[in-house]
Amino acid sequence: MIHFDQVTFTYPTSPAPVLRDISAHIAEGELALLVGATGSGKTTLLRAINGLVPHFSGGHLAGSVTIDGRRTQDYPPRELADLVGFVPQDPMSGFVTDLVEDELAYSMESLGVDQQTMRRRVEETLDLLGLSDLRNRALRTLSGGQQQRVAIGAVLTAHPKVLVLDEPTSALDPGAAEEVLAALHRLVHDLGVTVVLAEHRLERVVQYADSILLLKDGQLSIANPSSAMAESPIAPPVIHLGKLAGWSPLPISIRDARRCAGPLRNALVDQRPRLRAVPHSSPVIATVTDLEVGYGRTPVLSDISLQFNAGEIIALMGRNGAGKSTLLRSLIGLHTPEHGKVRLDLVTQGASHSADPSELNSRELLHHVGLVPQEPSDLFEAQDVAQECRNSDRDAGCTPGTTRALLALMAPAIVDSMHPRDLSDGQQMLLALCIIVAAKPPLLLLDEPTRGLDYPTKTKLVDILRGLADTGHCVVMATHDVELVAELATRVIILGDTEVVADGPTVDVVTGSPMFAPQVAKILAPQPWLTVGQVHDALARANKLEDL
Amino acid sequence: MTSRMRPRWLHPMAWWAWALCLAAAATRVTNPLLLLLLIAAAAVVVAARKPDAPWGKSFEFFLILGGLIIGIRVVFQVLFGASTGNTVLVTLPGISLPTWMSGLRLGGPITLESLLGAFYDGLRLATIAIVIGAANSLASPGKLLKAMPAALYELGVSIVVALSFIPQLITDFVRIRDMRRLRGRNDRGMRGYVSLAIPVLAGALDRSINLAASMDSRGYGRVSNQSTSSRRIVVGLLMASIVLVMVGLYGLFTTAAHPFLGLPIVFMGLVAGGASLWRGSRERVRTVYRPDPWLLPEYLVTGSGLAVLGIFLWAELRVVVNIKLWEQLHPSLDSWPSLPLWGIAAFLIALIPAIASPRPPSNSSSARQTNEREVVSA
Repeated sequence: MIHFDQVTFTYPTSPAPVLRDISAHIAEGELALLVGATGSGKTTLLRAINGLVPHFSGGHLAGSVTIDGRRTQDYPPRELADLVGFVPQDPMSGFVTDLVEDELAYSMESLGVDQQTMRRRVEETLDLLGLSDLRNRALRTLSGGQQQRVAIGAVLTAHPKVLVLDEPTSALDPGAAEEVLAALHRLVHDLGVTVVLAEHRLERVVQYADSILLLKDGQLSIANPSSAMAESPIAPPVIHLGKLAGWSPLPISIRDARRCAGPLRNALVDQRPRLRAVPHSSPVIATVTDLEVGYGRTPVLSDISLQFNAGEIIALMGRNGAGKSTLLRSLIGLHTPEHGKVRLDLVTQGASHSADPSELNSRELLHHVGLVPQEPSDLFEAQDVAQECRNSDRDAGCTPGTTRALLALMAPAIVDSMHPRDLSDGQQMLLALCIIVAAKPPLLLLDEPTRGLDYPTKTKLVDILRGLADTGHCVVMATHDVELVAELATRVIILGDTEVVADGPTVDVVTGSPMFAPQVAKILAPQPWLTVGQVHDALARANKLEDL
Repeated sequence: MTSRMRPRWLHPMAWWAWALCLAAAATRVTNPLLLLLLIAAAAVVVAARKPDAPWGKSFEFFLILGGLIIGIRVVFQVLFGASTGNTVLVTLPGISLPTWMSGLRLGGPITLESLLGAFYDGLRLATIAIVIGAANSLASPGKLLKAMPAALYELGVSIVVALSFIPQLITDFVRIRDMRRLRGRNDRGMRGYVSLAIPVLAGALDRSINLAASMDSRGYGRVSNQSTSSRRIVVGLLMASIVLVMVGLYGLFTTAAHPFLGLPIVFMGLVAGGASLWRGSRERVRTVYRPDPWLLPEYLVTGSGLAVLGIFLWAELRVVVNIKLWEQLHPSLDSWPSLPLWGIAAFLIALIPAIASPRPPSNSSSARQTNEREVVSA
C-alpha cells in the first residue's frame, strides 16, 4: 500500500538530509508504529506519505514514495486527499470550519462527493467515533480528546485507504487515549484501513501495532513488535520487566505479561517496594483552603482544600478539562478565586511570612512560585538562547550566568546561538524549566511536562525534578503520563468534575484505579509495585535476580 | 410563530443581505437619531438571535470599534479639520498653512458646529461597522464560506482564515501576557506590548502554515482539469468586474462625477463578475454538504433589509418635491435633529428578523438542560 523506494530528503535550509536512503513497504490493512527520538524526522516521514513533503515543505526528495500506485512526485497533497488521510499533531490548528458537522464534511466537499453520500458518511462517522452528541458544537469548545476524534473523523469521511497520524494521543488523558486507539483498532480490523502513526508513549500503543518502523539517524528499519522491542533501548515498562524476568517470547501486552508473571509474583511476595519518603516535619509551602474558581457561571473547581509541603513531588491527574490547569493557574494567582483562598508560605533567613499569589506583584511572585507552561515557548522572547538566559538572570535578580549554567547542566546539547523556538520540544521544556528555576521558587509547577518528550529526555527530566525536590522544592505537575507518575511522584491528587476525587501516596492512589495504574502495577497486581526499578532493587536485595 | 419554528441556522446570505441593506441605508443619512435607531435595531436582533458559538460574541468588539471610529473622527476634526460655523468653543494654538493647502488646518479655533458635524459623520461610519458586525456575529463565517459560489471559493477561504485569525490572536495575546507574569514582568505600557508581539505573531504564523498544510492535505483547491487559458479568463473577468464595480460605486457616491460613471458601470461590472463565476464554477469538483435552505424566514429577513433601504432611498428621492425631508436626512448643525415618522417605521421593519428568523441550534449540553427543564415543568 505504501512503498518507499530509496527515499532521501533534504530540507532547503539544512545541509544534511533528514531521511537517508529509506526503502520500506507497508502492506494493506497494517497498523505501523513509527518510533524515534525527537527531531529524528518522524513528522517529515509522515508528511512524505501524503505529499506535503516535498510539495508543501520545499526541499529535495530523491527516490520515490508510492501510495496505492500513485507517486507523490506526480500528485500534490490535494490530489492524494481521497487516498491518504493526514491528522496533524495539533488537531485544533488543522480545523478549517468551526462546527463539528461541517468539519466532518469538509474533505468530502473538496472531493466533490454527492449530497446523499455525504449525509450518510457523516452519520456513520459520528457513530463510529462516538461524536453524535457533539454534532452542533463549535470546535473551539471541545476538549482535547474530542478534538482529536473529530480530526480523525474529518479525514475518515473521505474514505481514505491510508490514515497517517502524528502523535494522536500525546495531549490526551489515559481514558481519551484508549478511546482514540480503540477507534483506530476498529478501523484497521473492520475497514482494512492502513494506519501509520508516530507516538512517543509506546506503553499506550505498542500492543496494537503490527509492525514497528524505527527511525534513527535518518535510517529506517522495520521489524515486528516483539523483536523490535527486545533490541530497542526505547521500550515501554512491560518490555523492560519482561527482559528483567527473562520471559520468552517477550510479551507486549499486559494480558500476555500477566500470564507469564506468576513466578515473578511469587518471588516478590514477601517484599515491599522502597519508597522515597518525605519527612513529616517538612515545612508547608502552600495551602489552599475551600478554593472555588469558575469561568462565568460554570464552576471549574469547588471546595478544594490542599496542603503542599517541601520535598514532595505531586502529580495532578484527571481527565482533560477536569480543572488541573486551573488549579495550577490559581496557585500562581492568574485566577482570582470566587471563594476561599490560596496562601504561599516563604521562609527567608529564618523568618516566615505568607502571601496570596494574586496580590503579589510579579517581581515578588517569581521567588515564591514558578510555572512551566504547557507550551514552553510562551515564555520565550529573545532571538537566541544566550539572550534568553541573560534576560532570565535579570528578571530573577541572580548573578549573571546562573541560568546558562543550569541549562548547561540540564541540556548540554543546546548551543548559545540557537533560536529558542527552533529547539526540539524537549529542549524547549528544559530551557523553560531553567528560566523558572533560576529564581528559586519553593513551589514549582509544571503543566504537562512530558508532552512530546522521548524516553531519554523524560529520564533526564525525572532526575532533574527529583534533585529539585531533594533540595527543598515542592514540585506539582499536571500530567496524563501514568508511567512518569509511577516513576517520580510521591503523592497523587486526582481531580474529577471540579472536586478532589483522591489524594494520597502514589502507590495507594494509582494501584486502586485501572485508568491511572502503570503497566508494572497492572502486571503484578495485587502487589503494590509501580516501576521496573523497584522490582529490580527488591530482587537484588533478596538475591533472587539469578533465580528467574 | 417562533415557538413553532425548529432551531436551525438561517441562511448566512440572508443575514448579510439584511445587514448590508441597513449599512447602505446608513450611508444615505447623517441624522444621528436615525443612525442610532439602526444601531438599536441591529443590537436587538443580535441579542435575540445570537448563536452560542465563539463568533457570536464578536458583536461587542464591533460596538467598541464603533466608539473608536467616532473618537478618531472627532480628534482628527479637532486637530486638522476645517472649521465651519460660528460657535467657537476653544481656540488651539494653530499654524497657518500655505494657501494651496486650503481645507487643511492645524489647530486654530474649534467650533461646536464642526465638532457636531464630525460626530455625525463618525456616527455614520460607526453605524456601518456595527451593522456589519451584527451580520458577523449572527452568521457563522464558515457557513458563509459554504454559500460562496465555487469560483469565489479561494477568495472566500482567505477571508474566512483572516476572520478566524483575529480571535485566535486575541486568545494567544492574553495567554502569553499571563505567561509574562511568570517571568516577573509587569508589562505596562508600550515596551510590554512590543515584547509580546514576537511570540504572538510567531505563534500565529505557525498556525497559519499548519492550517494551509491541513487544507491542502484535505483536498482544498482540487480542480477537475482546468486549463491555464480557461483559468486566465476566469481571473481576468473577475478582476475586470471588481475594477468596474469600484469605479461605478465611486461614481454613485460622489456627486461631482459624470452621471455615466454611476449605475451603467456598476451594471457592467456585475455582468463581468457573473460571467467569471459561471465560467469558474463549471470547472470545480466541489459539492456542498447540507446547503442551507432558502425559505420564508430568509425572504422575510432579506425583505426587511430591502424595505428599510427602500424607505431611506424613497426619502432621499422625495427631497426634490419636499425640501423638509432634507432637514430630516441631514439635520443642520445648529438645531436639535428631528425624528421623522418614516424613520420609526423603518426601525420597526428592521426589527422583523428578531422574531421572523429561527433560533440558532444550541449545543448539545444546553439542549439537554432545556429538555430537563421541560421535564421538570411537565
